[in-house]
Amino acid sequence: MGSIKIIKPGLFTTVQDSGRMGFQRYGIPVAGAMDDFAFRVANILVGNNENAAVLEATFMGPSIEIGFDGFIAITGANMSPKLNEKSVHMWRSIEVHTGDQLTFSGSSEGLRSYIAFGGGLGVPEIMKSRSTYVRGSLGGFKGRKLMEGDEIPVDSSKSAAKPGRYISPAYIPRYSKDNVVRVVLGPQDDHFSPEAIDTFLNSEYKITSEADRMGYRLDGPKLTHVKGPDIISDGIVFGSVQVPGHGSPIVMMADRQTTGGYTKIATVIWADLPIIAQMGPGDTVRFEKVSIEESQELLANYEEVLKDIKYRVENSYIVQEKDKIFNVTIKKL
Amino acid sequence: MYEKAKFLPAGDKSLIIEFGDSISPEINKKIRNMYIAMEKSGLDGIIEMVPTYRSLLVSYNPLKIKYKDLCSKLREYEENLGDSGSEPAKVVEIPTIYGGEYGPDLEFVAQHNNLSVDEVIEIHSSRNYLIYMLGFTPGFPYLGGMSEKIETPRLKTPRTKIPGGSVGIAGKQTGIYPIDSPGGWQLIGRTPVKLYDPFAEPPVLLNAGDYVRFVPIDEKEYKSILNQVEENKYKVNIALLDSEE
Repeated sequence: MGSIKIIKPGLFTTVQDSGRMGFQRYGIPVAGAMDDFAFRVANILVGNNENAAVLEATFMGPSIEIGFDGFIAITGANMSPKLNEKSVHMWRSIEVHTGDQLTFSGSSEGLRSYIAFGGGLGVPEIMKSRSTYVRGSLGGFKGRKLMEGDEIPVDSSKSAAKPGRYISPAYIPRYSKDNVVRVVLGPQDDHFSPEAIDTFLNSEYKITSEADRMGYRLDGPKLTHVKGPDIISDGIVFGSVQVPGHGSPIVMMADRQTTGGYTKIATVIWADLPIIAQMGPGDTVRFEKVSIEESQELLANYEEVLKDIKYRVENSYIVQEKDKIFNVTIKKL
Repeated sequence: MYEKAKFLPAGDKSLIIEFGDSISPEINKKIRNMYIAMEKSGLDGIIEMVPTYRSLLVSYNPLKIKYKDLCSKLREYEENLGDSGSEPAKVVEIPTIYGGEYGPDLEFVAQHNNLSVDEVIEIHSSRNYLIYMLGFTPGFPYLGGMSEKIETPRLKTPRTKIPGGSVGIAGKQTGIYPIDSPGGWQLIGRTPVKLYDPFAEPPVLLNAGDYVRFVPIDEKEYKSILNQVEENKYKVNIALLDSEE
């Protein structure tokens, strides 16, 4: 069993997988990776199960001493990753050896980086998940963000990783500071006047400094309620856009509470959550309405892209011809 | 209770089945029955369900079942609902210190309702509250049956940090914050008892279907119980409900 050792933890680095599903009825939040796309691609690149535990680094990445021979992949925000002080590519599988130093700096594009290790991080499973829920001191590595000196096991012997895996540049997201994200209206859009819904769909909202894994408070034109801002508490999902009495929307994220008593005007669609997950304080967002049918088509497309990425990663081979290296993908005709 | 449940989309992967617009044991019972019916159905594509006061959140995989098809299935289940079994009748006593730094909104709640602080405490601590659901954060009990005499609206701007153990009021509801978290409830007191401990078995103290009773304590008792809790020596009092409420 190999391991990684945290030399510097970075700003806020946690162990995450796809989250703790199935326990929300006890009030246990889901947690999990904020950017589902970057998280899953990182695992695919090193041959892991898509749900394997990875590191999620925020804004300022960690410094890590590698304690195994195998592969890693870095996706998401660009924090200028270096291996033994030499720049390495993101969105590719990278070969590493015991004693290697993996370092990051501040993010130049995007907010969260994902570091997958071939074989996955071997923290204990609590309630079927390895995700860290920091507010509840639950899961991950000791239920908290990583600190200097932490040593986390890596099941590198189980790794199915191969060298030189990468994804088509067309699939690599570009992270911008101004974005449009698509929403499905509801469940409580009937608590707002048509004018308020118009305002919501046609205004720019700035992400405030109160933006973390739990939720993003937005600043912009206030939304007024026609039936009042409070409802009898009901369920909240990843992407719920809550509007309390002050009229400013809050987008609920991975560490959201399971239920709440404020009206929810809309829900950000799954395929666009990675966009907002990579945004931070000061960035601006606009909301665009899609129908429930469109949102489910968009989800199908999103899953198709991930399937294609997985197929190409699993069916590509490195071929060396004289001094040239080729990456060949085998396709069934 | 609505004649027919409403289906409300919550994004592309979840929907809410809303059974009514009030807090009532009858609606809560219908939700439990629907939950049981769906569990029994084994419908492919259902990922998770979260029962609440008057609705059921259903998370599903739209690649297996689309919104409209799920809605028609749910309507079928609703029309064929049966009865559920009887409820347990345990009353978990929650020692609570009211007011001061522990309950900074107690005086506001009193003023809002034209009561004295002592009257608010008396009213709040003289009933058994049914635990309708757990949610918001791990082990947070949503309690039913609070007296209308102490109803108070939520804060307009939620606090960003409320200490674990805080006891609050929001509209017609009362509850306890198990862990430090943001929130908009009016805080009237605090309990030294842990409602959630990830390293304990079980990690959550309360169960839906049980009752809670708040027992007023002074600061000395608060500190004494807090010590016992920290040394893992404190056991909450559990009484049996002597009569149906």
